[in-house]
Amino acid sequence: MSFKSYCFKKSLWLFHFGGASCNNCDIEILDCLTPKYDVERFGMVLVGSVRHADVLLVNGSINKKDKPRLLEIYEQASKPVVVVAIGACGCTGGIFAEGNTFAGPVDKIIPVDAYIPGCPPKPEAILAGIVKLLGKI
Amino acid sequence: MSKQTLIPIGPYHPLQEEPELFKLYCDGEIVKDVKWETGYNHRGIEKLSEKKSYDEVFFLVERVCGICSTSHPFAFANSVEEIGNVEITNRAKYIRSIIGELERIHSHLLWVGLAGHFLGYNTVFMWAWKYREPVLDLFEMISGNRNSYAMFKIGGVRRDIENNKIPAIEEVLSLVKKKTDLLVGAVMDDPVIHARTKGVGVLTKEDILHFAAVGPTARASGVDVDVRRDDPYAAYPMVNWKVITAQAGDVFAKAEVRLLEMYESISIIEQCLDGLKKEKEGDIDVKVKHIPEGYGLGRAEAPRGEVFHFVVSDGSNSPVRHKIRAPSYTNISTFKKSCVGQSISDATISLAAVDPCYCCTERLAVALDRNSGKRIMNAKEIIEHSTQITNRLLKNV
Repeated sequence: MSFKSYCFKKSLWLFHFGGASCNNCDIEILDCLTPKYDVERFGMVLVGSVRHADVLLVNGSINKKDKPRLLEIYEQASKPVVVVAIGACGCTGGIFAEGNTFAGPVDKIIPVDAYIPGCPPKPEAILAGIVKLLGKI
Repeated sequence: MSKQTLIPIGPYHPLQEEPELFKLYCDGEIVKDVKWETGYNHRGIEKLSEKKSYDEVFFLVERVCGICSTSHPFAFANSVEEIGNVEITNRAKYIRSIIGELERIHSHLLWVGLAGHFLGYNTVFMWAWKYREPVLDLFEMISGNRNSYAMFKIGGVRRDIENNKIPAIEEVLSLVKKKTDLLVGAVMDDPVIHARTKGVGVLTKEDILHFAAVGPTARASGVDVDVRRDDPYAAYPMVNWKVITAQAGDVFAKAEVRLLEMYESISIIEQCLDGLKKEKEGDIDVKVKHIPEGYGLGRAEAPRGEVFHFVVSDGSNSPVRHKIRAPSYTNISTFKKSCVGQSISDATISLAAVDPCYCCTERLAVALDRNSGKRIMNAKEIIEHSTQITNRLLKNV
């Protein structure tokens, strides 16, 4: 077993970074925690600080004000950390990619391990994405 | 003079799902002043809108805010239809109102859940979000997506609600009605919620008028405003409903207004569904070939209050100026009154009580030079610049 897979063997803790988004993906991420989907049964919980997290969920296009903060949060994360870009904006910039404050999709700023497209992705898609990613590790 | 402590909430705080920075200046436990900072969510939507055609703008304004993603297209459609003097069919009016009210139900359920979460009452959070799911499933059945429904277009709606889908909608509505009874019971009869919310974050009628707050925030303080009644649009003049108000102005009154509004929404949808049965299926839009020169104002009542869109057209196929004002923009300024003098633990629920939506509210705060990075305009100068542009455009129209 490699060190990386050893780190992700047990309960995963999530940290959610909402960039310049329309709030839809944020709500769908929260939706994953509520009774219908309930990711807590897999031991996944949202935590308050990225220093405690194993997975960094990033959604929304990143604007000029977010960019330095996203970099800082990524540096604070204890490694290894898995970065998941959620939603069309997180993956490519989506409809806001032409905007005058757009500073690049997430993967231009920090390394991304998985992309979950959709506007917004359904909670099932978010779960499936994370499970698929863990299978690869 | 006593020493004040600065307590920052945000920008990436677990309490909020959106990035936003609040600075609470505290003396001991008591909040003395509140400042807030935006910009983490700015996407330049008004500018982007000028690059898109009228049909494309609908998809853009839908993404101003994900929770109230019908109110912005609603207001935009109202404003463009005012420019073009477009009269839509009755079936389209009913469908628009149904979508608008379903959205109000799911948004209020979401708020009730979040408010419970802020109070540390996670049972309400889980319940409210669980019963919100059937409403989202309805949206998926009607439009194909759980959020961002893409139902609106100029001259009508994109998709019909076929008559054979109506029984399924009625079934969900009766379920939601039952669950609303449950939530009302959970909130109204709980002594802990009474203790935490009564007399907390009080806004008087004068405060509401001073800060120009709108929506449930204003109605909870006895200010009787509702765009659906005051400036009727879509099917609202064709159905019977009443505007819910409360007098106390505290957090409890705001919860009460929102919960009771859900019953009104359910009743509006039921009446609209009855109306749909009488109209011919498929008669959902009128062809609009050209948007003439001119300007239009569009208003719509979002779950959080009045959404205002202003569109200037020069006769081409995209707007030359598109101004958006979302309800949270004025509601957030009431924090200066509602939080000051409270303890820190009450400040969070006071902040949450107006159901703030920061992604609607984002404004450009400073303009930097592209090459040197120097500040070339501050907020005040940008507002002046924007006013000048609007006046210039209005002269040409």
